[in-house]
Amino acid sequence: MQYEQAQSMSVVYNLGLATRVPLGEGRTFTVGERTVAVFRTRSGALLATQAECPHQRGPLADGLLGGNVLVCPLHGYKFDIKTGLAVGHACGSLKTYTVELSDREEILLRVEDS
Amino acid sequence: MKKEKLVVIGNGMAGARLVEELLARGGAAHFDIVMFGDEPYGNYNRILLSGVLAGTHDPRDIFINPLSWYQEKGVTLHAGVRVERIDGRQKLVHGAGGITEHYDKLVIATGSSAFVPPLVGLKNESGQYKEGVFVFRTLDDCTAITQHAAKAKKAVVIGGGLLGLEAARGLLELGLEVHVVHLKGHLMELQLDAKGGAILQRTLEGMGLHVHLKKNSRELLGHERVNGLLFDDGSSLACDLVVISAGIRPNVELAREAGIHVERGIVVGDDLRAPNEQDIYALGECAQHRGRVYGLVAPLWEQAQVLAERLSGRNPQALYTGSQVSTKLKVMGIELAVMGAQEVTGEQDEEVTYMDATQGIYKKLIIRDQRLVGAILLGDTSSAPNLLSAFGRGTQVPESRSELLFPSMGEASTPSVLQLPDTAQVCNCNGVSKQNILEAVSKGHRTLKKLCDATRAGTGCGSCKKDVQALLENAVGDNSVEDPSAHYYVPGVPLAKAELVAEIKARGLRSVSAVFEALADGREDVASKTGLASLLKTLWGKDYEDERDARFINDRVHANIQRDATFSVIPRIFGGVTSPAQLRQIADVAERHNVKMVKITGGQRIDLLGIPKEKLPEVWRELGMPSGHGYAKSFRTCKTCVGSEFCRYGLGDSTALGIAIEKRFQGLESPHKMKLATAGCPRNCSEATTKDVGAVAIGGDRWEIYVGGAAGSRVRKGDILCVVDSHEDVLKLMGRFMQYYREHGKYLERTHDFVERVGIDKLRRLLVEDEEKLAARLDADIQAAVDAFVDPWEEAMRPHHPSQFTHTLPMESEASGSVARPVTAEA
Repeated sequence: MQYEQAQSMSVVYNLGLATRVPLGEGRTFTVGERTVAVFRTRSGALLATQAECPHQRGPLADGLLGGNVLVCPLHGYKFDIKTGLAVGHACGSLKTYTVELSDREEILLRVEDS
Repeated sequence: MKKEKLVVIGNGMAGARLVEELLARGGAAHFDIVMFGDEPYGNYNRILLSGVLAGTHDPRDIFINPLSWYQEKGVTLHAGVRVERIDGRQKLVHGAGGITEHYDKLVIATGSSAFVPPLVGLKNESGQYKEGVFVFRTLDDCTAITQHAAKAKKAVVIGGGLLGLEAARGLLELGLEVHVVHLKGHLMELQLDAKGGAILQRTLEGMGLHVHLKKNSRELLGHERVNGLLFDDGSSLACDLVVISAGIRPNVELAREAGIHVERGIVVGDDLRAPNEQDIYALGECAQHRGRVYGLVAPLWEQAQVLAERLSGRNPQALYTGSQVSTKLKVMGIELAVMGAQEVTGEQDEEVTYMDATQGIYKKLIIRDQRLVGAILLGDTSSAPNLLSAFGRGTQVPESRSELLFPSMGEASTPSVLQLPDTAQVCNCNGVSKQNILEAVSKGHRTLKKLCDATRAGTGCGSCKKDVQALLENAVGDNSVEDPSAHYYVPGVPLAKAELVAEIKARGLRSVSAVFEALADGREDVASKTGLASLLKTLWGKDYEDERDARFINDRVHANIQRDATFSVIPRIFGGVTSPAQLRQIADVAERHNVKMVKITGGQRIDLLGIPKEKLPEVWRELGMPSGHGYAKSFRTCKTCVGSEFCRYGLGDSTALGIAIEKRFQGLESPHKMKLATAGCPRNCSEATTKDVGAVAIGGDRWEIYVGGAAGSRVRKGDILCVVDSHEDVLKLMGRFMQYYREHGKYLERTHDFVERVGIDKLRRLLVEDEEKLAARLDADIQAAVDAFVDPWEEAMRPHHPSQFTHTLPMESEASGSVARPVTAEA
């Protein structure tokens, strides 16, 4: 067990039915100690990033999502939601999370604990 | 689909620009592109040749596209291959050295060459120009002149036009004694009037140039090499270098021999096609459009854009209808900007001039019907950006003409952005400095949109965009590329508003995702969503298919997001008139929810700040008042003064009118927010003259209706649309204007920009005089929009989605029964 703890732990959380997040929008989830913004695209794909904008802590789940681009609602800073990389600014990139849809249409979020 | 082959004859500024514009519109998917270039180089900026001659520019610096660019873009360039013949029947182009290319579409962009007057003794016995005689047109000419100048002492430039003076500047820099001989009575007669020409001459003479006017050159003296110039009047001038710069002639021989109709240039229609040829186009200095052959670069850019729109299929109906000629240039280092007419043409024209010969400054404006139709600015072009904008858009000019001549006297008393130090902050919203912007330009961001995207300048309130534009223009001159998307209603759908509306109606597109699917190849564009949502709501009213993800957060939760992610709640207080009971109600709610701040707004309402998202429905329910729309791109509020009921000066009942206006138009969607006001007398206490729409009582039940006022990042007094004599007519005309703005305004274009763009005269003709019989339809449509209004705060009772107002979904939610729990844990 000791050597297992030294490695990073990967924990998958079930956040409930995907319909908790409206199509094309995002919602913030509390997952343990952290908050995560989970998005559901119009085509049904799930994506997840850190909840707050690195610029001035804007709530990213309240942002606009289109194509691969997520726009923070406070000052319009843009990010590539798949890679988390900043688009057109140098305010730092977003942590992204792996998120999947379960067979029962639930949101499965993978969190790496190190 | 098999690609067609596009052959472009000419790799100069027109031909290469066309290919650039075409590629920017995805033209590579339709065409294999082949170019012929006479010169063995890539494409260079001919305008900067004088800089090369003067030694201020390295030849390498003036290349726009090096040979490698063509390779990267998959464009075949036959560099250094002169085209010898066009075979229109077989659709073939024959080049020197046996190179033959078949074309499906052909573009002739052969430009022009130097006009050489019939001088005696021009050539030596072997038929070459005498040694020391040059024209000034190409990079090779430039190199030859520089080489010869090294051993020459005294140069004569034949021709005192723009190019001649540029050549003269180069020769002066090389240390020669330079004379300019000119046929006409003053220098640069194409750009300057006689007074301007005289002032320019005086300045140039002060720099050491010798100017000889009204001199007709007859003969070049000397045997093998030139040693002098003889004039018609019998006088002569010794010299050992002659540059002939007596104008340009379009290169039309190829076209003429191919049987294409040629007058002064290759005749083309508004489609830039040779009228009798199905697949042959011409543009640039070789083309003649509506009787004009342009010799400046800006018209050529416009032609390249139109032709690229047509050929790429992006807009096959695009038309070129001619250019308003304006140009900013430097003549021997002296700033010059000219646009439009040079002289007054009749009694209706007004001429404004300013002259300071000792400073070399001359300014002349020609104004017709309160619009700028021509200007010359010599020696001081600080007001050129304003004038170019007034000229280009045809906007009304200020009553005070001196504001036009001297920008620092007018509204813009701040120095021009061009004069600011590099460290100065240009975009105050995003903290972008002048230096940031200039660096981005040098990295290749040559359109306003790309520059704004790259630096974030202009992406906040947008008021600095014109400064960013000015910096861009100044940095790249006429080399800025207009982004085709500049005219689109939203960036992600390649259509201007009118075309987009037509497509949406024709195809019955009722949702934002349907528009992306049908008109943008299914590509969802984040920057286009809110604009499309606004347009679709305006077009379809209650039949609009609302997709909430296309709304900005404020419009999803009907409140205005604050910096700490809480929201502000502003209930509607019609006309700013409230009651003790209402105030008590608001006070109770504010107290119960520990509202962080209670604020009287500029729009005469009460703002409760710091409400968490999940508390919004509860607060609305407790208030029992409708939404004040303090968040939306819509009708906001109508500010009022006390008016005739109480005020001892009041001429009209501004409070009753304001309440009626607000009840009628509350929540009405529009391209941008609309703030209104009514004033009971011209004292204007409610500031109605600087509102998007305002009404001012002037006595006898009459009201002036103002439109396009602003008191935000820009301050502008509104224009009087009309004077009416009842409350009903105020409501009617205001509604008519708002509906027209809803239909024709660009997304996020405030009324002050809209009114200037359309022009108040046109608005009066359309909306008041009803010249095009639109009024009844506009009145009906605004009525339908008013009837479709639903208070969005009713969603307090019937949320659109269970998590519409949740800030954070909990890990455990009893309501939904879903529990966030670790499913697996793996090492």
